[in-house]
Amino acid sequence: MARHLFDGTGTLMRFVLRRDRLRLPIWLVSFAAISAIIALAFVGLYQNAEERQAMAETMRNPAMTAMVGPGYGLDNYTVGAMTAHEMLLMTAVVVGLMSILLVTRHTRTDEEDGRIEMIRSLPVGRLSNLLSILLVLIGANIVLALLTAFSLTVLGIESMDFEGSLVYGSALGASGMIFAGVAAVCAQLSPNSRNTLGLSIAVLLFAYMIRAIGDVTNEALSWISPLNWILRSEAYVNNYWWPILITVAGALVLMVLALYLNSIRDLGSGFLPSRPGKGKASKSLLSPFGLALRLQRTGLIAWGAGILLIGASYGSVLGDLESFFEDIDLMQQMIAQAEGFSLTEQFIPVLMAVMAILGTIPVLMAILKLKTEEKNGRLEHILSRAVSRNRLMGSYLAMAIVTGFIMLSLAALGLGLVGNAMMEEQLPLGMFYSAGLAYLPAMLAMIGVAMLLIGWAPNAASMVWLYLAFSFFVIYLGGLFQFPEWVAKLTPYGYVSEIPIEEIDFLNAGILIVVAAVLMMIGMIGFNRRDIGR
Amino acid sequence: MTVLRTIGLTKKFGDFAALDGVNIEVGEGEVYGFIGPNGSGKSTTLRILLGILKATEGRAEIFGKDSWKDAVEIHKRVAYVPGDVNLWPNLTGGEVIDLFIKLRGGNNLERRQELIRKFDLDPTKKCRTYSKGNRQKVALIAALSSDVDLYILDEPTSGLDPLMERVFQEYVIEAKKQGKSILLSSHILSEVEKLCDKVAIIREGRIIETGTLKELRHLTGTILLVETREPIPALEGFKGVSGIQQKGQALSFQVDAGEVDQVIRYVSQFGVTRIESSPPTLEELFMRHYEGTDQAVESGAGGES
Repeated sequence: MARHLFDGTGTLMRFVLRRDRLRLPIWLVSFAAISAIIALAFVGLYQNAEERQAMAETMRNPAMTAMVGPGYGLDNYTVGAMTAHEMLLMTAVVVGLMSILLVTRHTRTDEEDGRIEMIRSLPVGRLSNLLSILLVLIGANIVLALLTAFSLTVLGIESMDFEGSLVYGSALGASGMIFAGVAAVCAQLSPNSRNTLGLSIAVLLFAYMIRAIGDVTNEALSWISPLNWILRSEAYVNNYWWPILITVAGALVLMVLALYLNSIRDLGSGFLPSRPGKGKASKSLLSPFGLALRLQRTGLIAWGAGILLIGASYGSVLGDLESFFEDIDLMQQMIAQAEGFSLTEQFIPVLMAVMAILGTIPVLMAILKLKTEEKNGRLEHILSRAVSRNRLMGSYLAMAIVTGFIMLSLAALGLGLVGNAMMEEQLPLGMFYSAGLAYLPAMLAMIGVAMLLIGWAPNAASMVWLYLAFSFFVIYLGGLFQFPEWVAKLTPYGYVSEIPIEEIDFLNAGILIVVAAVLMMIGMIGFNRRDIGR
Repeated sequence: MTVLRTIGLTKKFGDFAALDGVNIEVGEGEVYGFIGPNGSGKSTTLRILLGILKATEGRAEIFGKDSWKDAVEIHKRVAYVPGDVNLWPNLTGGEVIDLFIKLRGGNNLERRQELIRKFDLDPTKKCRTYSKGNRQKVALIAALSSDVDLYILDEPTSGLDPLMERVFQEYVIEAKKQGKSILLSSHILSEVEKLCDKVAIIREGRIIETGTLKELRHLTGTILLVETREPIPALEGFKGVSGIQQKGQALSFQVDAGEVDQVIRYVSQFGVTRIESSPPTLEELFMRHYEGTDQAVESGAGGES
């Protein structure tokens, strides 16, 4: 009886691999390649032990702890220790995201689109689909671990031996497995694919946040987060295996739980209730903008809460940052520039830039929703009524701008309010706010790029994500890699004034706005001239 | 008065010509049937008429205005039901109906309620839970509760049960009585036969036949059912005779319009005991055009005749 639950799992696994024959290798190779590139970059950037040691000293502050995790091996900061310490957490989060996306795609999305129903009508076990995707994910994460370990070992860097690389790779793989488990459970709880994705990513962000707060304030708190577990493996320094084994065990428990939940629920249903809705529309829905707002309301609230939380958690370390550096005169001199700004003040634009780029994600989602609506054949309903294309696209543009404004405001307020509460010497809240809103023109430029693509090359619209990823890479890691100045100028974020250490450059802001407006206008012209289709 | 007209409408997707010189014309108070198999260009034509697709060549006009340039103006007086109704999974049916009505302008609450009742739709359910038929009902209710002059309906009943199909037909007949025009693309030939004044048959992007049903029937000829004392020899090869079927003692076959006289003379030699004639059904017309490829005639019976 029970064995029939899993009939056909092997065939379905091959089917999953067939459907993801490009997607999966691209993910896996990218992780291995990026890890290797960054390790090599560190070798090139820090020529000797003294330079690395200086970097290690800057790592001893709470802000860095919150961002990349507690330091270890800081007394002998080898290239291996540096790579593992600074890159493991961020990479693990992205590996987790990969697992979540893949699991959701093959579980709830397939279920919602009726494909699971087709599969289940064949002589295939009730749990075979879930089991097959979980097995594929376990396999993929093992491959990820080995591939990363291998690519780091062959670099031949002295401090990066095979065992350390294997621990590093395995920590990434374990992160992938546990978030595959998380997504599998969420897929059973939620009534649809959207909620599955939202819930899983919320768990991922929560795991990151709780660890950041815990690492800075109370270490016991961090143990809730699986991301903390894998950080304890301390690759290249102590090479602990037990945290990885705990994480994998946790992943297996979640996967078994998901299989159990799947076995006791009906196809198409979830454990979280779905309520009956309104029979009539409220007034606020009855316009293209109202519809755009309504469709993205939940996402907007979730992103708003997330960005506020990130701002607040960065803010919570500002106070510690100050007191921490008060004790070490040497550090203060080394970091603080002659201009007379405190370390905190210099740190604000860096944090704002990261939050602004993160905040651009929901902004681009808002404008690209237009493309999604088109692909799903829903624009036809709107455009066959008395709504012009300008009004339609304008509504999504307005939605994107409002989203950007909200994101920047919340990030700045979170940072400023919590930061001021933590610091002895307060900084004006208005300064925080203008440091945040200074990024609005850059966001507008990104919206402009998206609109240009939607208007003229709708199939390439998602290319704007690559541009955002590039911007993040340049702005966030630019300081680390010491790119030449002009590289930052390739992204709109490179033109934003770094408040408070710089004055507002209205000319630059004005140029960004004009460029954005021109891009938007050209995009709109294209949208007016082309076919609306799938 | 002409409400809707296309002249030489051509649409190319890359090298593929989806439409190749389509001419149709819908007059005021007319129900115009638009029939053809999947992929023949029906939906493409309707989408061009709504300004959603841009014609490569030719003109599409509604109320004498250009359907691409004056789309918004035109849409205030047009209601459309797409062939494949995709709705927002997280909105309820009721919300979508209200949104659709509002976006056109106008708000007839009483009529909305009546239609929801007649079509037996639960408006409080989220669209993700609706079947194809229910999604179609949402689009139909939104379309029929608007007070417009032209309805463009793309296979509106393909997901409905027979009961709902009848409700739909009642509303079409009511709209026609009020002098409104309807362009109805359909697969259900009995429905077209029941509702439509004029019919256009499209195939591979070309209109191969237009006219009133009467004209089409006349052009196509007559179905004869003949019973004779002696067997009729060599009927298969006789000019203008097709579709011969044995029906009990009798033979049934189709005779081309111009050949009836000759055929009757020939058949009468064999001692006719029973003869019945009937006009071909739309289905027979349709099948004739789609099976006998080479017989397809460019009809002279255009829309205005």
